Amino acid sequence: MMSKKKLTVQEVLENAPKSWPLKVAITLFFIIILMIANNYISYNGLTDTGVRVARNILRSIFSPNMDYLFNFSSRSAVPFLLLETTAIAFLGTIIGTVISIPIAFLSSRNIVPKWMASIGVSIIVVIRTFPAVVYGLMFIRVTGPGAFTGVLTLSVASIGMIAKLFIEVIEDLDPGIIEALDASGCNTIQKIQYGIIPQLLSNFASTAIYRFEINVKYATILGMVGAGGIGAPLIFAINAFRWSDVGALLIGLILLVLVIEAVSTKIRSKLATGE
Amino acid sequence: MEKVKQLFRPKPIVLSNGKQVQPKLNPMYYILPILVFITVYSMNITRFSFATLIARGEQFWIIVSRMIPPNFAYFSNVVNPLIATLMMSVVGTLVGVILALPMAYASSTTMNQSNVFRGITKAISSVLRTLPVLVLALIFRIIFGPGTFAGTVAIALFTFTIMTKMFFELIDTADLGPFEALLSSGANRIQAFWAAIMPQLWGQYYSLALYNFEMNIRNAAILGYVGAGGIGIILNERLAWRVYPDVGMILLVLMVTVLIIENISRTIRKKLL
Repeated sequence: MMSKKKLTVQEVLENAPKSWPLKVAITLFFIIILMIANNYISYNGLTDTGVRVARNILRSIFSPNMDYLFNFSSRSAVPFLLLETTAIAFLGTIIGTVISIPIAFLSSRNIVPKWMASIGVSIIVVIRTFPAVVYGLMFIRVTGPGAFTGVLTLSVASIGMIAKLFIEVIEDLDPGIIEALDASGCNTIQKIQYGIIPQLLSNFASTAIYRFEINVKYATILGMVGAGGIGAPLIFAINAFRWSDVGALLIGLILLVLVIEAVSTKIRSKLATGE
Repeated sequence: MEKVKQLFRPKPIVLSNGKQVQPKLNPMYYILPILVFITVYSMNITRFSFATLIARGEQFWIIVSRMIPPNFAYFSNVVNPLIATLMMSVVGTLVGVILALPMAYASSTTMNQSNVFRGITKAISSVLRTLPVLVLALIFRIIFGPGTFAGTVAIALFTFTIMTKMFFELIDTADLGPFEALLSSGANRIQAFWAAIMPQLWGQYYSLALYNFEMNIRNAAILGYVGAGGIGIILNERLAWRVYPDVGMILLVLMVTVLIIENISRTIRKKLL
């Protein structure tokens, strides 16, 4: 009966499901949270130097220390720091990927029994929960400050995400292709070569490149805990109010991240659509 | 020799109609050497040494083993910084996500017709996006003084830039039919956006907001390192004093919190989409 009747706009509007109880509940929830937050986050005004600092940072980007920015020979100038940062991120990604491959295979439900897969997945989840800086603070105590520590930190911190994404790809493997190769008489090595690797390679590569992009961003902050790269000089320059150096370092950092992001996006979209 | 030649130049395939096809060179033959070269070069720059790793690697496990069992009595000291961390991420995410909405509108190709204005907003947000949250926190700590407020502002700005990018891409792919219908019936662009585009995207908007919140808890946990409040302050302090059982407790609490919030957030996000 109802469906035969032509509804007017007015009626449709009135028949819309009522969502106000949910909206009120969510609003109340946020009001309570904000009231709690009020006790923890207090605005104490700007520091005496606050406004000057903000103005100086903005100005520094437009008047960087050119000698520092374009000195290609010194190991403490911006170009080498950027190179070092990229190298840390690159090695961290390579090592992280190499470690992740066996872990991912040993945690995929279509390769190993379920109980084994869930143990592997739990280990990955635990690795993933901690921010990279936490690993950095621990590795500093192992290998001392320096770029090497940054590499180790990123290797471990990368495992969580890379292995998780690898598992998804492995669990999506199409068994039909392998059965077809089996039926046509291929041996195990041929099955891996023609049935498994082609299915995994582009996805694995795409994941690794994406992680490299993230690792470049992490490598820039790892320096702050002493693990090499551009972070340490940046924190020193900011704390010492050497604004023209800050400007040079920030410009270098922004350019590096933008370039890596653009290249990574381009390669990954090529991998996704097929070369 | 013929075999080696074939490795680099695969044999041409003759089709049934007599046409010759030159198969493409397997990209692995040039990608692998390049990767190996960059790896070796990077090892050189970062002074990578297996000797150090073998000699000192054990030390890492010693640190980890000292964290177990964690010092449960320390829990009462962790609660307050933990809540501060959570509050920093909630408020920071909330502010960032709300501010990102107009910015995403201004960055969207389909909504903002002024090329110049759109170019400027896009350039600003992509430059800001490159700055890591720790660098932002460091700068805001100097501006606002140490404490949670600086951390909250850093998280808000960071969320704002990321959310802007994620959301304007969604606006660009939204269905424009209803939007044009409203325009033709006399609504202005902003009214039409609010009434025709946003109803398509609210679910994804909330979902992205929750995703950012998940990330921000981890981000907020480290901000204490530069003096911007939260659990990072005690973590850094305990690590510096090498009180590893306390560190273990902090990490355990952090892990449980992150896992609980991730699970709640994933459940809600599944329902939203």
